[in-house]
Amino acid sequence: MTDYFALFGLPVGFAVDAEALALRYRDLQRAAHPDRYAGASERERLLSVQQASLINEGYRTLKDPLARAAYLLELNGITLSDTDTRMDPMFLMEQMELREALDAAPRAADPHAALDQVRGIAEATERRLVEELAALFQQGDAAALQQAPERLRKLQFMRKLLDEVDAREDDLAHGI
Amino acid sequence: MAYSDKVIDHYENPRNVGAMDKDAADVGTGMVGAPACGDVMRLQIKVSPDGVIEDAKFKTYGCGSAIASSSLVTEWMKGKTLDQALEIKNSQIAEELALPPVKIHCSVLAEDAIKAAIEDYKTKQSRA
Repeated sequence: MTDYFALFGLPVGFAVDAEALALRYRDLQRAAHPDRYAGASERERLLSVQQASLINEGYRTLKDPLARAAYLLELNGITLSDTDTRMDPMFLMEQMELREALDAAPRAADPHAALDQVRGIAEATERRLVEELAALFQQGDAAALQQAPERLRKLQFMRKLLDEVDAREDDLAHGI
Repeated sequence: MAYSDKVIDHYENPRNVGAMDKDAADVGTGMVGAPACGDVMRLQIKVSPDGVIEDAKFKTYGCGSAIASSSLVTEWMKGKTLDQALEIKNSQIAEELALPPVKIHCSVLAEDAIKAAIEDYKTKQSRA
């Protein structure tokens, strides 16, 4: 596996310099651009295409805190399981309530405000989880890393919830 | 994705949607979630003194397969003893609903919800 951090010349860690990442991405993309290989051999062209997709995938992974955290855990030999369904009951209870609030939003006196409220909660939770992940990766020992998947799962829930909020806002905008 | 007729039937006419008093001594509540799709499932059972599931209710936020899986298990659980209900396997749910491989985790979620609800009930009973 190519180490994306090495590819982008960044230190391995959860804290990523977004500006350095974007600059490096632009440089790498330019160097690997298929147009530069117009007169090259078939093999070189193929390699440049592969390199370009690797660069894109690496950028996508390092840019997003969720993908970055999952990747860092993978580098540490921790893979996430999709079938891990037992979670902190309090958290799930909150999720249920937030989903109920989302469902009730269209019938609220001010549907936009009702959706905004759910969005606010989801975004605040997302920020808190990213901060907690940063602290766990900063700590970096085995005990800390073992706690990271749980935060990641919660973060996945927040992303889905925010997708739902977006979808409901679209519905409102289109008068559905 | 094409849903099977059974999934569509349960999705359009979900059985036993609702909530029970989670603090009641004869009610067991199971909460489970699937991070990959953000599904949340709440399954509740009301158990008679002789250990038979008298009633089951669910509330699921998720895709059609997750809703159908939970709807189906509420039907299956009613009238069963706790031990019989624990024998319900996700493979049976998936088979009954003809779930495609990418939706198997929805049936896993329902099986886990059964276990969680029964565990909650037993924990309450042992404390009483």
